[in-house]
Amino acid sequence: MNIFNQVWVWLTDPDNWHKSINGPGIPFHILKHLEYTGLAVLIGALIAVPLGVVIGHTGRGSFLVVGIANSFRALPELGLLVLLAIIMGVALAVQAVTIALVALAIPPLLAGTYAGVRNVDRDVVDAARGMGMREREIVFKVELPIALPLMLGGLRAATLQVIATASIAAFVSLDGLGRFVIDGRAFGGTDGYAMMAGGAVLIAALAIAVELVLAGVQRLAVSPGLRTPRIGRRVARVRMNPVEEPEETIV
Amino acid sequence: MKRTFAGVATAVAAALTLTACGGSSDPLSSNTPAQQPGGSSGVVAKPSKIIVGSANFPESAVLAEIYAGALAAKGITIEKKLNIGNRETYYPGLQDGSIDLIPEYTGVLLQHINKQATETAADEVYTALKKALPSNLIVLDKSAAEDKDAVVVTKETADKWSLKSITDIKAHANEVVFGGPPEFAKRADGVPGLKKNYDIEFKEFKPLDVGGPLTINALKTGVVQAADVFTTDPSIKVNNFVVLDDPKSNFAAQNVIPLINASKASSEVKDALNAVSAKLTTDVLIDLLTKLSAPDKPDASKVAADWLAAQGLNK
Repeated sequence: MNIFNQVWVWLTDPDNWHKSINGPGIPFHILKHLEYTGLAVLIGALIAVPLGVVIGHTGRGSFLVVGIANSFRALPELGLLVLLAIIMGVALAVQAVTIALVALAIPPLLAGTYAGVRNVDRDVVDAARGMGMREREIVFKVELPIALPLMLGGLRAATLQVIATASIAAFVSLDGLGRFVIDGRAFGGTDGYAMMAGGAVLIAALAIAVELVLAGVQRLAVSPGLRTPRIGRRVARVRMNPVEEPEETIV
Repeated sequence: MKRTFAGVATAVAAALTLTACGGSSDPLSSNTPAQQPGGSSGVVAKPSKIIVGSANFPESAVLAEIYAGALAAKGITIEKKLNIGNRETYYPGLQDGSIDLIPEYTGVLLQHINKQATETAADEVYTALKKALPSNLIVLDKSAAEDKDAVVVTKETADKWSLKSITDIKAHANEVVFGGPPEFAKRADGVPGLKKNYDIEFKEFKPLDVGGPLTINALKTGVVQAADVFTTDPSIKVNNFVVLDDPKSNFAAQNVIPLINASKASSEVKDALNAVSAKLTTDVLIDLLTKLSAPDKPDASKVAADWLAAQGLNK
């Protein structure tokens, strides 16, 4: 039996889909995986979005965006996680994983928000100001709605990266779909490798599913007024290559 | 044309060399350098030179340095080839004469030679190992030093539940989260072995690392109450952990033992190495490893020489 069959057998084994002798089951680990991902993206957004809005609106500190985005991306996630787990202790493994994943979520969110706000047509902002809008109103009523497509692009990029990387939680004794990859490798043998590959397939499938949901959200959330051909092209470009778009804009 | 010929000649020469390498590691080939009648019964002359090898981890290297130092003290010429690699790499080297002597562990060596071996108690493993070895290789006396998996608890836990052996933990199994490497969940001497040999089912198994910093941290901070740690891990002493006895030999014995080419095992060599084994204990290994991991990272040869001098084995 080849490895593809083995993976199929593993994926379709009913014992793997509920709590059994094999462990708590795939649905449990999917929920855990989404839990770590959601927490990290949420905290990342709470940090990156206000920061990106302030920098984008004032134009001050844009070097921070480039610096933070690039240096955080260069962090070796697994090394960071193990370091945090040892410093903070295995008892705080969830917090350690969250910090490591937040570091991963911040760069795309920050770059997306900054680029979105910064790229709002200056004439539009001037017009808003001329109409007597306060800075606060300009941010919330003009800049943010127009920046939304790029911000959501950043969110999608962050979520995708965090979902793929949340597998490392299993490295420090936690759950999530990474459990199958790490355990499968440790068990070894045909069964172990089937479990490992099965886990990888599930992670990829989960990432695609969440990406589709977020793409739908983006369609619904973006103001129809922004779907002019010009902006439409930009959105399309963000979809194709959400990570690089903001950097082009910065440089 | 001439260049083409030279190229072909080089290729042929390379092919011949490669074939020669392959040939000598062929277990069926009788052309090994160990020509003399092997086995411990034959009288072996004092060898002119012994090549000492080691596996690629610090404990093996320092043990090899100790063997080398003890033999050099008896006037035997030594050549060192340390940190060769894993057993799959160096074991063929012992058979083709690339190395003559290497520190080994009884249990894993037996498993390497005979995958079906089921012995786990120290003496049974040693006897089975002597039988299983090919005629050109012998092992000398086994030392008391063992580097193997063990169930380890903190001093507080051991005092609170008065734990001495794994048997004692059964009464508290439903309060114990057990930490170990992920494969411990399935390994024959892991969770299934503890169930079979001691009828222990822990409250939960927590997959950590292979006796590494995560496991030590989890045990220290009470995330797990018992864990799978290697007996020679210096952090056992540093943290006052207690290694629980294993009366049912759930974990196979892993006594440190010299594995040597029979044609080099003269009585001087045997005496020198057996004198070393007589002094080696698990505590000695922990001590050596602690010294090796000291901040100034001393050389394995220095740590070995100091120990030999302290034991009076350097003359």
